[in-house]
Amino acid sequence: MSPLDVGEAITRAHHEEWARVVATLTRQFGDLDVAEEAAAEAFATAVERWPADGVPPNPGGWLTTTARRKALDRIRRDNKRGDKQKQAQMKYDDPSDSLGAVDDERLRLIFTCCHPALALEARVALTLRMLGGLTVPEIARAFLVQEATMGQRITRAKAKIKTTRIPYRVPSADDLPGRVSGVLAVLYLVFNEGYLASGPDSDPVRHDLTAEAIRLARLLRAQMPENGEVAGLLALMLLTEARRTARVSANGELVTLDEQDRGSWDAALVAEGHRLVRERLATGQTPGRYQILAAINAVHTSARDVRDTDWSQVVALYDQLFRLDPSPIVALNRAVAIAELDGPNVALTIVDGLQGALVDYHAYFVARADILRRLGRGEESRAAYDRAIALAGNTAETAYLTRRRDELG
Amino acid sequence: MLYLVSVIEDTPNSATADEMTAIDDFNSRLQADGNWVFAGGIGEPSTATVIDGRGAEAMFTDGPFVETKEWLSGFWIIEAPDLDVALKLAAAGSKACNRRVEVRPFL
Repeated sequence: MSPLDVGEAITRAHHEEWARVVATLTRQFGDLDVAEEAAAEAFATAVERWPADGVPPNPGGWLTTTARRKALDRIRRDNKRGDKQKQAQMKYDDPSDSLGAVDDERLRLIFTCCHPALALEARVALTLRMLGGLTVPEIARAFLVQEATMGQRITRAKAKIKTTRIPYRVPSADDLPGRVSGVLAVLYLVFNEGYLASGPDSDPVRHDLTAEAIRLARLLRAQMPENGEVAGLLALMLLTEARRTARVSANGELVTLDEQDRGSWDAALVAEGHRLVRERLATGQTPGRYQILAAINAVHTSARDVRDTDWSQVVALYDQLFRLDPSPIVALNRAVAIAELDGPNVALTIVDGLQGALVDYHAYFVARADILRRLGRGEESRAAYDRAIALAGNTAETAYLTRRRDELG
Repeated sequence: MLYLVSVIEDTPNSATADEMTAIDDFNSRLQADGNWVFAGGIGEPSTATVIDGRGAEAMFTDGPFVETKEWLSGFWIIEAPDLDVALKLAAAGSKACNRRVEVRPFL
C-alpha cells in the first residue's frame, strides 16, 4: 500500500471511527475525558504504525482495542499516583465488550454532548470535538475564538458532565422530542456557521463545518429514521449544500438564488433531499420547522429556471411556518416570497411593519434594498444597501451587496 | 447522588397559602418516591449574621456578607441517580414554590 493510500485510510478511519471509539470508551470508562484522550492516542498510534505494519483488516476494531489499552494505561498511571477518583473508573471497564451496538453508543454521546444543562456554545464545541473529531484549534478557528478559550470551554463542559452526573444515555420516550430538537439546533448552528461563515477574514463558506453537520445529521437519521424533524433537517442541509459551489462566484462574490447556474447544483444531493421531503410528505404527519424549511428548499431546487419557481407554493409554506413560529424573521422571508407572487408593493408594506423588530438584522435591509430597487426608489434603496453592508459579516455577501448598490447609478 | 436545589427569591415576601399547599404536595411526592433528604425555608438576608471565627475571638457582623438583588430563600436536598432526574424534580419544585430554582451537585 502506498503512503498516500495509508494516509487516506487513516483519514477515512478518523471520519468513520472517531465517534464510535469515543462513544465506546465513554461507556466503558464512564469518563469523556479519558475516552477523548485515549481515542486521540489511538489515532496517533495508527499514524505511526499503519505505514509500516499496513492498515489492519478491521480499522475500527484495531482503534477501539488500542484506545482501550491507552485508557487502561492512563488509569494505571493515575492509580500509581494515588488518584482516588481515577481508581473508581476501573470498575466501568469491561474488555469483553466488542463493537456490538456501537451505533447506539454514538447516539448516547450526541445526547450527552447536547445536554440542555450545558450552554449552547459548549454543546456545539463538545459535539464537534467528541463526535466530529475536530481538534480544539480547528474548533477555535471555526468560531473565531482563542484556542485557550475554546480549550477551557470544552474542559469546563466535560467537568460539568462529570460533576453533575449528566447521564450517558438516550433520553426516555417522553423527553425525546424536546431533547432531539436540542440536538438539531446544535447541528443547524454548526451548518449555518459553515454556510454563512462570519468574520472579515474567513472563507465565505466553511465546507468542513457544513460537511460535519451533514455527517452528524446522517448519523442521527440512521438511528432515528422515523423522526420527521431529523429527516427534515438533513433534507434542508442537503438541499442547501447542493447549491454551495453555485453560491459564490469565481471572484468571491455571493450569487443569489435567482442568478445561480442551476446546472452546477449537485444533482445527487438535490435528489437525496427531494427523496427525504417526499418521504415526509407521504407520512401525512404535521411537519415541524425543519421539514417546512426543507420543503421550501425543495420547491426552489425543483425549478429548472428561476422563472419556473412555484411562488404560491413557497408562500403557502411560509404561511405554515409562520403559524408555527410567528417571528419577525419568518415574516421577512415570507415577504420576500410575497414580492415574487404579489409584487414589490405588497411586500414593502409587510417589510415596513417589521423594521422595529429587525433594526439590527442585515437580511432585513438586504430584502428592503431589493424591494425598493425594484420599485425604482433608488435613493431609499441605496440607504438600505448601506445599512445591509454595514451589518453583513460574510465576505462574499458584502462584495455582492456593494456591487448591487453601486449598480444603482 | 445528592443535589442541592436552591430557591431563588427576588421580592421579599413569603410563600402564599396556595404555594405552601403545592410545596407540601411536592414534598410528599419526594418522600413517597425516595428522593427526599431534607428541605427548609430560611429567613430573609436582613436576618443574617456574618461570623468570623478565625481570630482569637469570634467577630459578629449584622447583615448578609454580600448584598444581592436575588437571594436564597429555601432549599431542598434531593437524592437522584443523575442530573436528568434531578432537573425534572427541580422543575416540579420550581412550579410548586412558584419561583426559579438552581440545581448543584454535592461533591
